[in-house]
Amino acid sequence: MIAHLSRRYLFSASHRLHNPEMSTEENRATYGKCNNPHGHGHNYILEVTVSGPVDQSTGMICNLVDLDQCVESEVLSRYQLENLNTLQEFLKTVPTTENLCIEIFEILQRTFSQAHLDRVKLEETMMNSFEYAGGQELSRR
Amino acid sequence: MVYLTRKAEFAASHYYHNPAFTPEENQRIFGKCNNPNGHGHNYTLEVTVKGEVDSRSGFVVDLKQLKEIMNREVLDAMDHRFLNKEVPEFFTKIPTTENLAIAVWQRLEPKLRNARLHRVRVYETPDLFVDFYGEE
Repeated sequence: MIAHLSRRYLFSASHRLHNPEMSTEENRATYGKCNNPHGHGHNYILEVTVSGPVDQSTGMICNLVDLDQCVESEVLSRYQLENLNTLQEFLKTVPTTENLCIEIFEILQRTFSQAHLDRVKLEETMMNSFEYAGGQELSRR
Repeated sequence: MVYLTRKAEFAASHYYHNPAFTPEENQRIFGKCNNPNGHGHNYTLEVTVKGEVDSRSGFVVDLKQLKEIMNREVLDAMDHRFLNKEVPEFFTKIPTTENLAIAVWQRLEPKLRNARLHRVRVYETPDLFVDFYGEE
């Protein structure tokens, strides 16, 4: 029997949306206020969903402690209170929340092996959020 | 494929009444929602679109444009309105949350460029919501 488990985490970071291949005007037109040269920040809410068979002896898909440790060491400690534009993965890629969501999915797919990674959801504000499932269609639930 | 969800809130009133039913049937089926003077809700709308991330902008869709389309097509028409009397879809259809989700889909779907509409979710209250994924 396959079950799905979601866990939420919070981190805060700053970014500036700017593509050096675009002119000043095009950057301004594309990104608006998000192109402000000094950047701005968000409290991001990260929701990680994993799935797998429920272990008969523990009653769990995976140990939450393992998931927390992995997310903490691989994701939260990397992004918490950082300026995203200064990090290696965003030197050449614009740190939109779409790209951050994909990056976090790929980090967890590489590093978390105790259950199948279904989906990463990243809430940038209360009013908008992004989801990535490794390029797969989201299941309808 | 990345999915983007944008929320919006609007307040509107409605009542449930089917003219094909007798007054007793309307009362029995719709209960207090049949009160002809209507009642209101604070609705929360969640619009989810999907698409590939544009390699130049890093966006699936321009959030500002999506917000403008949602404002123009849905909120301007429905916020602080009596749905039965002021929104054309509900001159003939009962403004249930189901029909509201379908109406929002039909208003938004033809207006979206670059990204495809994936889901419309309408919360009537925090405990009650409807999802519509288009014709299946």
